[in-house]
Amino acid sequence: MLYYVSIDGRDYQLELSENQGRWSCRLHGRDLAVDVAVVGRNVLSLIIERQAYDIRRELTATNVQIWVGNEHYSAEVRDPRSLRSRRTRSAASDGAKKLVAAMPGKVVRLLVLENAEIDAGEGVLVMEAMKMQNELKSPKKGKVKKIFVSEGSAVNTGDVLVIVE
Amino acid sequence: MSKMFKKVLIANRGEIALRVMRACQEMGITPVTVYSDVDRTALHVQKSSESYSLGRAPAKDSYLNIGKILDVARHSKAEAIHPGYGFLSENAQFAEACDVAGVKFIGPTAAAMNRMGSKTQARQAMMLANVPCVPGSAHGVELAEATRLAEELGYPVMLKAAAGGGGKGMRLVRSPQELTSAFNAARSEADRSFSDTEIYLEKFIENPRHIEMQILADEHGQTVYLGERECSIQRRHQKVLEEAPSPIVGPEMRQRMGEIAVRASQTAGYTNAGTVEFLVDEVKNFYFLEMNTRLQVEHPVTELITGLDLVQLQIRIAAGEPLPFSQSEVQVRGHAIECRIYAEDPDNNFFPSPGQITLLDEPSGPGVRLDSGIYQGSTVPIDYDPLLSKLIGYGSHRQQSIMRLRRALQEYFIGGIKNNLSLFERILRDPEFLEGRVDTGFLDRLLSPPARLPITKAHSEIAAVAAGIFAAMDNQQTGTKNSGGHPDSRWKQAARVEGMQ
Repeated sequence: MLYYVSIDGRDYQLELSENQGRWSCRLHGRDLAVDVAVVGRNVLSLIIERQAYDIRRELTATNVQIWVGNEHYSAEVRDPRSLRSRRTRSAASDGAKKLVAAMPGKVVRLLVLENAEIDAGEGVLVMEAMKMQNELKSPKKGKVKKIFVSEGSAVNTGDVLVIVE
Repeated sequence: MSKMFKKVLIANRGEIALRVMRACQEMGITPVTVYSDVDRTALHVQKSSESYSLGRAPAKDSYLNIGKILDVARHSKAEAIHPGYGFLSENAQFAEACDVAGVKFIGPTAAAMNRMGSKTQARQAMMLANVPCVPGSAHGVELAEATRLAEELGYPVMLKAAAGGGGKGMRLVRSPQELTSAFNAARSEADRSFSDTEIYLEKFIENPRHIEMQILADEHGQTVYLGERECSIQRRHQKVLEEAPSPIVGPEMRQRMGEIAVRASQTAGYTNAGTVEFLVDEVKNFYFLEMNTRLQVEHPVTELITGLDLVQLQIRIAAGEPLPFSQSEVQVRGHAIECRIYAEDPDNNFFPSPGQITLLDEPSGPGVRLDSGIYQGSTVPIDYDPLLSKLIGYGSHRQQSIMRLRRALQEYFIGGIKNNLSLFERILRDPEFLEGRVDTGFLDRLLSPPARLPITKAHSEIAAVAAGIFAAMDNQQTGTKNSGGHPDSRWKQAARVEGMQ
C-alpha cells in the first residue's frame, strides 16, 4: 500500500506491505530491509539496514510525533487530495491570526484594548496556569480585532483569546 | 534517649512525598499521606499505607489547608509532620499550629523560621552577625523609598518579596522607568503567592553565581555544614540544574562558607535541615542571600556526595536525637548533578504542559538516581507545580557524572506531555558548562536568541518509515474491526484536528 508521509513538513512516498509479520518497504522507489518488532503500544524496535532504532509514537490533541531515539519529528500520513486542500486553506487565512490558549488557565491581565495597533511580539495578555504567569505575545503586527476574554476569565485549551488582524 | 516516631504525616505530594515516605519506610515508621481530589491516583497515595482525602484540588483547600492537615494528624495519630518543600514547609503559622496541636513539625521552630523566613528580618540579623550581605534595604520599602534607594545604589536593582521563594514576587529593574510597574507587579505576585506584600530592594549583582550551603542543626546546639551546591543554572530565578560540589569551590572556600553558614544558622537559633544561599561574584566574594528553612528540592546531590540521608537525619533530629557525627567526619566525595524534569515545553517558551503521561521509560544503571512522582498512565494536574521528577547523576568526578547523566537522558522517555528533557541534553553538551563556567545568566545565553534547539535531525527518513508502519498497523487493526470499510485511523483524525487550527 502507498503512503504519503510528511515529516517536519517534508514529504515522503512510501510503499509498505506486510506478510506474516515480514515487512517490505520502498522509500522513494528504493528498497529498504526493515525488521519490525512491536515492543508495546506505540513503541517499536526497527532494524533498518542493520541499524537499530528505538521508535515511539505520541498522539496528542493537536499532532502526531514520531520519536527516533531522542529526536522527535512531527508526522502526518495522508492522501494527496487533502494535502492540496490544506495548502490552499492555510494561504487564505494569512490575514487574521488567532491567539489560542495552549492549556487551561486564568486570564490575569489584559495588556491591550480592542482596535489597538500592536507590534509582533508585543504582550497581549497575561495568563496564569500551574502557578506560573505567562505573557502571551502578538503573533503579528496589526490591529487587535477582537478580544474574547476579560480579566479573571477561566479558559480551556484551544479557546480563542484574541484575534489580531 | 529520645523516642522515635511511629507515624509521620507527609503534608505534600509528588516526588517529595515519595522521597519522605521512603525515608519513613526505611526507618520502620508508618507514613501517612494526604491527597486532593485530582491526586487520588497519584503515586504517593498508591504507595502509602494510610492516606486521607483533603478534598478539592486548589492548594488553599488542600495541601495549604492547615486545619484539614491537622485534622488528619489527629485522626491518624501521627506524632510528627514532614512538610516537604513548597506548600506549608516555610509557613511559621503552620509550625506554630503543629506545636499547639502537640504534633512535632519536622523542621525549624516557628521562631527561627520567622527570623529567617522573612528575608528582611534575616538580612538584619545577618548584618548584626557580621555575615556579608548584598547592599540594599534591610527593611521593607514603599515605592517612594525604593525609588530613592535605587538612585543611591545605582541601577540595576532587584525587588524581592520579603516572604518570597521560588522566584515569586521578584523583579529585576534596569531603569527608573521600569520601577513603578515592576514594584506593583512584585507586590501583587507576593500578595497572591504568600499573602504578604512586603517588598525590599537590593543592588543587582550582574551574572553572579548562586551557591548554597547545606546545614544540619540538632536540638542540642550542634550545627554542621555538609558542603555546597552550585545552583547557578536558573530560568526566571527557578533552579533547573544543580551540582555538588561547585566547580569553583575548593576545600578552603568550602570551609569559610560553611563556617559562615553555621554562624548564620546559630544566630537564628536554627534547628533541623536548612540552606544558606550565597551570591558569589567573579572574584569569589560571597554575600548572604537568604536562608531556606526547609529541605531543598536539590538535597539529593548533597546526599550523594556525603553519603548521608538528609530526610532520615531530619526525622532523627526532630525526634530529639543528637547529630550522629561531627563536622570533621563529614567528607565530600565524588560529584553529583541533578536535572529538574518539568512538564513544560522548551520549544514554546517553557509553557507548562499538564496532561496524561501515555508512555514512560525510566533510566537506571550505575550512578543514576531518579526521584520521580509519575508513572505511565498518570496525569499531571494543572493545579500544582509542574515538577515531574529529578534525575541525578553521580560519579567519582564531574566528567563522569556528566557522561552518566547524558547516558541516562538517552534512556529517559516521557510521552504524552511536553517536558524539558531536551534542555538537559543541550546544557550537558555546552562548552561553557563542561568547563564549569556557569553563572545565573548562563541559561538565558544558551537559550537566546533562537529558542529552537539546534539538535541535528538525521533520521527524517527513519521517522517516515516508522510513521508509515504505525499507520499500516492502525489500518490492519481497524480493517479487521470494520470488515473492509474505509479505515479511519487516528492519524487522519489527528491530521484533521491539525487542519482546523
